[in-house]
Amino acid sequence: MARCVGLVKRYDDVVAVDGVDLQLTRGECLGLLGPNGAGKTTTVEMMEGLTLPTSGHVELFGMRWGEGHDDAIRARIGVALQETVLADKLTVEEVIRMFRSFYPSGRTVEEVLDLMQLQPKRRARYHKLSGGQKQRVALGVALVGAPDLLFLDEPTTGLDPQARMSVWDIVARYREEGGTVVLTTHYMEEAANMCDRIVVMDHGKAIAEGSPAELIATLGGRQLVELEPAVEIDPASLAEIAGVRQASTRGRRILLTVDDFASALPPILAHLSERGVGLAHLGTHEATLDDVFVSLTGRGLRDE
Amino acid sequence: MSERYSPLYELTMARLREILREPGFVFWIFGFPVVMAIGLGIAFRDKPPDKPSVAVVEGADWLVDALDDADGLQVKVLEADAAREALRRAEVDLVVSASADAGSEVLYRYDEMRDGGRLARYMTDAVLQWSEQPDRPIATADELVTEKGSRYIDFLLPGLIGLNLMGSSMWGIGYTIVLARKRRQLRRFAATPMRRSHFMLSYLLSRLVFLVLELAGLVGLGFLAFGVTVHGSVLALLLVSVLGAASFAALGLLIAARVQSVEAANGWMNFIMMPMWILSGTFFAYTKFPEVIQPLLRALPLTALIDALRAIVNDGAALTELGLELGVMTAWGVVAFALALRWFRWQ
Repeated sequence: MARCVGLVKRYDDVVAVDGVDLQLTRGECLGLLGPNGAGKTTTVEMMEGLTLPTSGHVELFGMRWGEGHDDAIRARIGVALQETVLADKLTVEEVIRMFRSFYPSGRTVEEVLDLMQLQPKRRARYHKLSGGQKQRVALGVALVGAPDLLFLDEPTTGLDPQARMSVWDIVARYREEGGTVVLTTHYMEEAANMCDRIVVMDHGKAIAEGSPAELIATLGGRQLVELEPAVEIDPASLAEIAGVRQASTRGRRILLTVDDFASALPPILAHLSERGVGLAHLGTHEATLDDVFVSLTGRGLRDE
Repeated sequence: MSERYSPLYELTMARLREILREPGFVFWIFGFPVVMAIGLGIAFRDKPPDKPSVAVVEGADWLVDALDDADGLQVKVLEADAAREALRRAEVDLVVSASADAGSEVLYRYDEMRDGGRLARYMTDAVLQWSEQPDRPIATADELVTEKGSRYIDFLLPGLIGLNLMGSSMWGIGYTIVLARKRRQLRRFAATPMRRSHFMLSYLLSRLVFLVLELAGLVGLGFLAFGVTVHGSVLALLLVSVLGAASFAALGLLIAARVQSVEAANGWMNFIMMPMWILSGTFFAYTKFPEVIQPLLRALPLTALIDALRAIVNDGAALTELGLELGVMTAWGVVAFALALRWFRWQ
């Protein structure tokens, strides 16, 4: 239902997006996962028709931007921008009603208020809402035209866990009705929870793609040992140890992918103590998408 | 799905609500012009002191000869009707007429209510009595007129209305759009199938609603505090104001089309409005500027608006007499709106 071919966006001397291809099938949720500055927002804004690509093109529902069908495309997409400030002085109901009037068809204002659980706040001014409520209004405004395709740019950044859950909930319900979603995030939990398929982005490029399970499988094991040796050692030597699948570094720490903590830890510790290497840190956790990103780039998703 | 939604209505209502819910806006739109009108109206209850200007009615060359050399008087020769008109418009303080025979009786026509009129009359009389026949006084007669709309406040009030319409239209639109762009609200709108023209028209329409209130405020104040009456039709006054405000609103849109920061918008607004404050005859008649640049001055949108307002308020002119002014305002508005639509940036 949508695809991007060879998308490039160049600003004066910065290449924000450097040749991204995406395919989107109906009903799926595609996540663009990557740290700040990876080019996720620029990619999505090119898909939304808000930013003109330097080269490459976007095709939505078989139509391309700038060929005379722009409003037809816009009528079928819903957009929640990063940090949208909707009209401060208007009430929730007024904002939703105003946006509804732009679409040839869609949900009624009442339906949106119900769906977003905003009925109690319908007469509250937008600027008096909490962050989570504002985000629900932004989602409501994105869904009021009953879009076939929903774009969410960092939908839960800055929200508390409860508000985040309620956003996930709303998106899940939209998908149950057959909606298709493209979202950007730098929260791996969000990508893992919501997305069928994830494209990992870094420095304007798509560096890996797959379902959350597939991406984690590339690590070779489902559990990780994270250690920080007191002196510098070669991570490769640790990868030789039986039960260790992969070794990667993240700053001064070493991440070892293992099949099973219980069997892998003793030989790892023995290996270190044989060489007289002390440990400044030792931890274990289940493999996450963050670990995938670390193994791909050597940096964490939220490292600066 | 029985609900019906009109984007133009919703956008316009949104604008109105935003304005009404912002106390600061309300002061700038209503409070400021009223304060200004009261202040200036009191300060300049009459025309500021100036070299008296005298119109000599054609046919009495001896008067012209006598007065032309006089220091302290501005003299021009006009036909009888034109002279009467000039007096009414407060372009001259005094009309002097006499027959072609030197020394014949001189008729002074002026408005006693105006300081300038009396001053001009006595200065002119002194010059004539002295220069012609110092031994034999010239007979004089005074014709006092109180022309409608000839006081300074009558002149000033339409100017203030024009100024206010310009300011509130340009600020009200330019500033809020630039702010919305900065907050990425425009970008959010751009991602919807909203018609661009609806968005811009909503700004114009919301301005028009406030315009009626502003106009009523200033005209009402003028009447109650200073006894300024509208001699023409109120409908014509309203229509001219609407046209003027729309044309300035379009200019405001044009400025806001690309400007990224509120500061830059301020600068552009001032750059465009300040010269017109002076050149368009708000506080004094632009006829005081050199003859050669007057066609340019009359092509300014504020000049056209104020001229039309004065003609309606003070002279009771009908719309049909104001073709030039209406044309000038329409041209500015249409061109600016078209360019704004074309150049407008949503981010």
